[in-house]
Amino acid sequence: MTVTFLQHGRVSLALHQMRIGADGQPSLLLLHGLGSRTPEHVPAQIDAAWTGPIYGLDFTGHGLSGVPTGGGYSAELLMADADSALRSIGPAFLLGAGLGGYVALLTAGAAPQRVRGIAVMGGTGLSGGGTRPGSEVIAVPAARVDGSTPDPFALLELAMDVRPPNYVASFVRRFVADNGSDQPVSVCTAARPPWLAAVVEEFGVGVVSLGEALESFARSDWPTGEVQP
Amino acid sequence: MSPTGNAAVSKAALTGLTMADVARGTVIDAERETVSVAHAVAPQRQYSVNSYGIRIAVHEWGHPDNPVVFLIHGGLDFARTYDVFAPMLAAGGWRVVSWDQRCHGDSEWASLTNWSADLRDAAAVIDHVSPMADGPVAVIGHSKGGAMTLRLAEAWPHRFSKLVNIDGIPSNSPQPDVVDAMQTRLASGELSTWLDFRQMAGKKERKPDTLEGLARRRARMNPRLAHEWLCYLVSVGAFKSDDGWRWKIDPMLRPGGFGPWRPEWSLEGMAQLSVPLLAVLCEEQEPMGWATRPRHVQRYLPQGAELVVAPTGHFIHIEAPGWASSLVLSFLGSPT
Repeated sequence: MTVTFLQHGRVSLALHQMRIGADGQPSLLLLHGLGSRTPEHVPAQIDAAWTGPIYGLDFTGHGLSGVPTGGGYSAELLMADADSALRSIGPAFLLGAGLGGYVALLTAGAAPQRVRGIAVMGGTGLSGGGTRPGSEVIAVPAARVDGSTPDPFALLELAMDVRPPNYVASFVRRFVADNGSDQPVSVCTAARPPWLAAVVEEFGVGVVSLGEALESFARSDWPTGEVQP
Repeated sequence: MSPTGNAAVSKAALTGLTMADVARGTVIDAERETVSVAHAVAPQRQYSVNSYGIRIAVHEWGHPDNPVVFLIHGGLDFARTYDVFAPMLAAGGWRVVSWDQRCHGDSEWASLTNWSADLRDAAAVIDHVSPMADGPVAVIGHSKGGAMTLRLAEAWPHRFSKLVNIDGIPSNSPQPDVVDAMQTRLASGELSTWLDFRQMAGKKERKPDTLEGLARRRARMNPRLAHEWLCYLVSVGAFKSDDGWRWKIDPMLRPGGFGPWRPEWSLEGMAQLSVPLLAVLCEEQEPMGWATRPRHVQRYLPQGAELVVAPTGHFIHIEAPGWASSLVLSFLGSPT
């Protein structure tokens, strides 16, 4: 596995090339859950089902990526992290776990030309902070902030990230409208926080197993793309 | 151009305003003031507070033993935009404390910023200046700073005695008619532009200009403010290097944006407040204004809140500082 560091704003992002893959095959980008990081090895199920290059991105404040001072995280920032990775590796399929699944959907809606398909699987941070804010709180981290990852500010702020169902659904609509394939979004988890329940109701979204999602992606008729500016 | 120690109040400032004038929905026909930079006073004390590793620049006017009132600036502004308004409050017997929000003014450029971080920084400054044992304090905010006062008071109702929100209440009025398909295209364009901006943001610098040129550029966002005042803002809110003047504000910040936040959430939070509130809206709309009208907010005002409409644009405390300070001092009551 090789690691490339991408500069996103003032933060250095770790992009792991987990497998080079066969020539001409589409790329898969793994987006981890809250408080997690890119795994050291490609999970067996993915390894068996995917023949193309596989990458993993450590979000800001996670894994080998940089830790900003004083917090300020949002899912939209992580969306821009993922976009940085896609600009580097070219159009790819996204496989997001938990928070990474939510971010994958935002990214696809914001930059549909750089995303071929999405699979959302279970993982940490899937629920987020609910569909609307609770009573206001001035939130401070429970753990010492010393620059190590995962950043306690990331754990705190991204767990409070509010996710109105119609917000993420609007990103899914943009992506599906631009994508052209019948079912470019696969939901591969039984857990259904309200935002994900809304996504499942959208046109172009299927509920399938992870294996089925990967097979479907591998079969899809996409040209291997060049890096989109 | 340099600040003087004279915080004179022009003739329109003190018109015998009473709290009867600030009854809900009242429009006060105040005479428009002419603001001179001769009224500007530099802060008497400046220092920094550490907020979880971010250096926050704090500015104070007034005697240090006086009761504290906090002033929170708006987005893309800085504390020294209060160089006329703050001394007028200080002259009323208050220790006026403001700070530059992260990435603004003389505070540190953080890698990230969001509302939670801004509230945390605010709490750090408030706690540093006025610990809880000192009792509740008054807080005034303009624009984004006004919205922050509402959220601070919701989170810390025990820490605040009075709130003043100067044109910082979001509106949940429907947007102008735009068909859905067009809304989607607009949103897509905005997202794409934002992502492009983020990719370059770490390498960006503010564009240099002459002092007057920078003032003219600011005038696009503040068309109602006098050129002389905008030049003054440049002199305290920008820095000079070999190739010209640049705003101190972090080049990674940009106006506008997007996200899941809904204005009605702020309004519903405001409705729950228990701290006395004076809300000031403005009559004249301009690029940085919030376009909030009394009819948008009246049903969300908490019990006993006062709503006043100023005959100015968004920068009420800059266009009519004497009028605004008189209103605010009347609402705050005696500083003893």
